[in-house]
Amino acid sequence: MKILLMGNPNVGKSVFFSRLTGVRVIASNYPGTTVEFTKGYLKLGEEMAEVIDVPGTYTLEPTSKAEEVATEMLKDGDLVIDVVNATNLERNLFLTMQLLERDIPVIVALNVWDDTKHRGIHIDVKKLEQVLGVPVVPTVAVTGEGMKALVSRIHEATSPPVSHRTRDERWVAVGRIIEQVQTVTHRHHTWLERLGDASVKPFPGIPIAVLAILASFMVIRFIGEGLIAYIFEPLFNNLWAPVMMRLSEFLGSGGFLHDILIGKLISGEIDFAQSFGILTTGLFIPFGVVLPYVLAFYLVLGFLEDLGYLPRVAVLLDTLMHRLGMHGYAIIPTLLGLGCNVPGILATRILESKRERFIVATLISIAVPCAALQAMVIGLVGGEGWHYVAIVYGTLFVVWVILGLILNLTVKGFSPELLIEIPPYRLPSARILASKLWMRILGFLKEAIPVVMLGIFVITILYALNVFDYIANFAAPVVSGLLGLPSDATAALVIGFLRKDMAVGMLGALSLSANQLVVGSVVLAMFFPCIASFVVLARELRLKGILAATGIMIAASLVVGSLLNLIL
Amino acid sequence: MTFDRQTTVAQMRTGERGRIIEIAGGYGLTRRLEAMGIRSGRKITKVSSMLMRGPVTIQVDSVQVAIGFGMARRILVELESK
Repeated sequence: MKILLMGNPNVGKSVFFSRLTGVRVIASNYPGTTVEFTKGYLKLGEEMAEVIDVPGTYTLEPTSKAEEVATEMLKDGDLVIDVVNATNLERNLFLTMQLLERDIPVIVALNVWDDTKHRGIHIDVKKLEQVLGVPVVPTVAVTGEGMKALVSRIHEATSPPVSHRTRDERWVAVGRIIEQVQTVTHRHHTWLERLGDASVKPFPGIPIAVLAILASFMVIRFIGEGLIAYIFEPLFNNLWAPVMMRLSEFLGSGGFLHDILIGKLISGEIDFAQSFGILTTGLFIPFGVVLPYVLAFYLVLGFLEDLGYLPRVAVLLDTLMHRLGMHGYAIIPTLLGLGCNVPGILATRILESKRERFIVATLISIAVPCAALQAMVIGLVGGEGWHYVAIVYGTLFVVWVILGLILNLTVKGFSPELLIEIPPYRLPSARILASKLWMRILGFLKEAIPVVMLGIFVITILYALNVFDYIANFAAPVVSGLLGLPSDATAALVIGFLRKDMAVGMLGALSLSANQLVVGSVVLAMFFPCIASFVVLARELRLKGILAATGIMIAASLVVGSLLNLIL
Repeated sequence: MTFDRQTTVAQMRTGERGRIIEIAGGYGLTRRLEAMGIRSGRKITKVSSMLMRGPVTIQVDSVQVAIGFGMARRILVELESK
């Protein structure tokens, strides 16, 4: 049996899904967190039922790609659990009406039930069940309340005989139901609601946004640096280094296997940043440099997501973003891209038009550095002085703006106006926050470690075969002539295809000047996406789109790199 | 409660309340707004508007929706008199 979890965006389907199946999924407080479907299993008596977390949709007449996915999936489901936001019954019931008109059994979950009480909303559940003709169960997915009751009544789900209605008839029907089952009493605004309203007004919304961004940067730096200084560096220097030195001696301080596992000894010692062995630099880059910042970044992002702040940023930035060919909601994929480009590019599905998806995805892959790259840049370029780091970030930001302006003028079509629901602020639940952070960290480690290790293996082999020398000679006019980097840096640019953090690490081993490091970091960030983002980009943009995006990338990175080389 | 002056959501002042009379747009726009609970007869409150014809946030029941300025101009309302 195939059970579909359906409902309006941001009613808590993903949390609901995790509760039902035990499968962890990313859930946030904004519409459109789920753009792809996730599968899980639920034991129903003797049978294992497949449960699918369908992206949220307001109607069965889709307006975005994520909603299209939802409507498509309805065709091969056997039963629908319609997750309804009890604090916003009227609008949610429209989709319920449409579902009831289809020939598929439905059970309704009145989610966010706990919020109805302090919002002064009273719903007569028995009556609602009677009018709809299907089981209705109040639930609070965040705490798990009502979930058992829901599961025990799944077998009661039915498809009542409802004929197809027009939109107007449906709204009339919804209105009649609301009159019968819901009463709303007046109540005062809570402080969270006042803060919510204040932060979508130009004043004090814009100062609040500036403060929030500054605070986020400071918290990320504080946590990232703290983790490195007090946990990861001591671990590597005091615990891991002696073990590796033993191994190095055991392997005879040289030879092929030594080069692969330990790498080159720098004046008789292991240098985790420069030795480039699988067990030294191969572990140090993902764990010692990148992980602390990835952790810090996702902790802060997760908090802002669950609070419900991001849609408000979208409103504040909408006017600006329109100049760059996007609307404000594009800030959500962009912010996700600062963690990792892959989920960022996937999240462009929440945008309505193909043109906008192309612009946002291209900008992310060129001018939005992922957390791994940023961590390396901070570690490497930061050592030369913070103003160099500022140049890297500043350049990428200017590129993002200018490229956006150009794409807005040249890509055909228009970007639609903003139309989004602004969720109420909710105090993030520590449990959900921790679970989401864990998933993202695990995702990062699973993705990064094998690729970094493989990369180091490949680098060692290619060096041994002198392949890089060949490529370096070939690329020297561009790399040295235009960018002012030593031809050795070509190897780093090539490795950038695999992973950017590792490529920056390779630049670090070349003893470049501060200016060269800046040029190298910017070019690496812009030039060609890493293989993982490339695959997603190719899937989202199709062949024509990816060819256009790649052309823009290579051209832009060479132009910007050469300019930086001239100016600095 | 009585209603008098007619205007558009774009022209409403922050904090003002009114009732939607009509959405003067094509089928697509009407349908999209309706799906989010914005349709004729509903009472709304304007929560905020951004500078330079930026988006407008309105509250319908317990839901807040941000809409582009162009859409806000197409939603006709009668203001609630004080």
